Amino acid sequence: MFNYYLELALRSFRRNRVLTALMVLAIALGIGASMTTLTVFYVLSGDPIPHKSRQLFNVQLDPRPLAGFQPGAEPSDQLTRFDAETLLREAKAPRQAMMTGGSGAIQPNTTTLRPFIAQFRYTTADFFSMFDAPFGFGQGWSADDDGARARVAVISKSLNDRLFAGANSVGETLRIDGNALRVVGVLEDWTISPRFYDLSTSRYGNREEVFIPFATAIDLKLSHQGSVSCHGREVANDTTALNAPCTWIQYWVELPAAAQVADYRSYLDNYSSQQRAAGRYERPPNTRLRDVMSWLDHKNIVPGDVRLQLWLAFGFLVVCLVNTVGLLLAKFLRRSGEIGVRRALGASRRAIFTQYLVEAGAIGLAGGLLGLGVSYVGLWMVRQQPVGYAGLAYLNLEMLLLTFVLAVLASVLAGLLPAWRASRVAPAIQLKSQ
Amino acid sequence: MLDMRRVAKVYRTELVETHALRSLDLHVAEGEFVAVTGPSGSGKTTFLNIAGLLETFTEGEYRIDGVEVRGLGDDARSKLRNEKIGFIFQGFNLIPDLNLFDNVDVPLRYRGMAAAERRRRIEESLSLVGLGSRMKHYPAELSGGQQQRVAIARALAGSPRLLLADEPTGNLDSQMARSVLELLEDINARGTTIVMVTHDPELAARAQRNVHIVDGVLTDVERPRPMAEPAPALA
Repeated sequence: MFNYYLELALRSFRRNRVLTALMVLAIALGIGASMTTLTVFYVLSGDPIPHKSRQLFNVQLDPRPLAGFQPGAEPSDQLTRFDAETLLREAKAPRQAMMTGGSGAIQPNTTTLRPFIAQFRYTTADFFSMFDAPFGFGQGWSADDDGARARVAVISKSLNDRLFAGANSVGETLRIDGNALRVVGVLEDWTISPRFYDLSTSRYGNREEVFIPFATAIDLKLSHQGSVSCHGREVANDTTALNAPCTWIQYWVELPAAAQVADYRSYLDNYSSQQRAAGRYERPPNTRLRDVMSWLDHKNIVPGDVRLQLWLAFGFLVVCLVNTVGLLLAKFLRRSGEIGVRRALGASRRAIFTQYLVEAGAIGLAGGLLGLGVSYVGLWMVRQQPVGYAGLAYLNLEMLLLTFVLAVLASVLAGLLPAWRASRVAPAIQLKSQ
Repeated sequence: MLDMRRVAKVYRTELVETHALRSLDLHVAEGEFVAVTGPSGSGKTTFLNIAGLLETFTEGEYRIDGVEVRGLGDDARSKLRNEKIGFIFQGFNLIPDLNLFDNVDVPLRYRGMAAAERRRRIEESLSLVGLGSRMKHYPAELSGGQQQRVAIARALAGSPRLLLADEPTGNLDSQMARSVLELLEDINARGTTIVMVTHDPELAARAQRNVHIVDGVLTDVERPRPMAEPAPALA
């Protein structure tokens, strides 16, 4: 019967072209606006590392003075260098990495290329395995390299293409701010968005082209980039010094099992107590251990205006659907005579209801197709905006399918009342009035 | 075939109660051709709607082909209507944007028949009413008499046991009315029970039996005349 109902729906579209076009347009506009904002929301709020996001945890400690302390208040987002290096040394998690961002001048070995500024990440050995960074050539450095402050570096594919024409550059020399580093690994294309491990600088897109051992960067006095928050009573001369009362380092641990998470929380609380006993901390233990999605949520990764746009778009969709309900009602009840005849010839109320619901669904499918076009235009307009996430606003397969599901669902929902009313048409009255 | 006992229909509003039918008893035997007459507003159409399961009744019992219809849900009533009853209306009630083939196809679709069987029945019933060559035509391209013939073909395609006709010649000129009535007589002769509501005494006189309704009460029932030997039913 479904095919018959579909055939009747197509016949009905041909009969009332203008009314049908109006309904398709209403749904298309509602769906297009919703999918545009939903795609932006999805891109911004999506899980950047789905297979491991529940195993990777951001560490927060509270080394600030007692003044201003309120129980339950949020600790610092970043760690001091002293705390980060201590946690790294004690290595209570299966994997852990400390890190911060930086930048500097790269001096190509050839004369055909001029020196240029690039973004760096100073980190420790586990970084690559923790975040599943894929290697095209070579590999990351070792913990021994961290300890030895080895002059080594891992570079991005784009930098390798630029400096070494895409060849295997492992063993080659990379000159940064006058320092020579040996390339030990070249990454494949690697995009983590949002860049959850460091939200203190650019949140979207991987623009970091060189990865250097943290200790090496300190040793070479490479420039640091990112937020620094100092809480000492005196102004620190060197905010990146080991004992500087400044938080500027991101610290992540990988804890695959729930028991390890509980143990690590206890460890952080114990560590805070010890530091307080030693006089370094003034506040009672105030720690956080958040997995990736909780961390992104805590950092309000989705801008407020995007949330507002999403609600407005869904509001617009509701308005479009209410209009569609009205149009469907008018269209279906105009056919009361035909409904009466069909009922007399053996159609049950259920059959009439299904027939008109199929017609509403078919309108939704057409609306979805047109809405897809509207979404593409909407996302193109988003990409023209001067916002950090603009380049990410593309419709993927998931969102494409969702467009159709949403369109059909919305129109079936809009069709429920008109189809129900159609199924309640009293045949006897209609047959006499024909 | 049709057995009504003490059937009553009351329409109620907040202010008024209207008794459309009062304790109506009627038995129509298989193969009969019964004419129901009565003045306007007497309850003829209400009777026909109840007989055709298009309306429910307030009191009484009603059996059609041995099946008690009181208490049946909409699905069961619709199935019974589809399988056992054919309708012919004064205004033909063809669906204007379906061609003749598709109009006759409507009741067969709801019965869930296979496409080949539907085609066979549609061609056969349209041929029976003399419109086998015009299957792709639309109702608007036909005369009133031809449209009523299509409605008859549509009613017959499902091989109903009971044909309910509501003023079937009311919108036709006398020549076309005669031809439609002859067709109904022919169908009755093939064994289909017919109950026809009409104003027209001449038309009623052609039926085997007349039933008269006034103010919702069955007042005058003539004795049935001997029935003709039934011809083979339409398959």
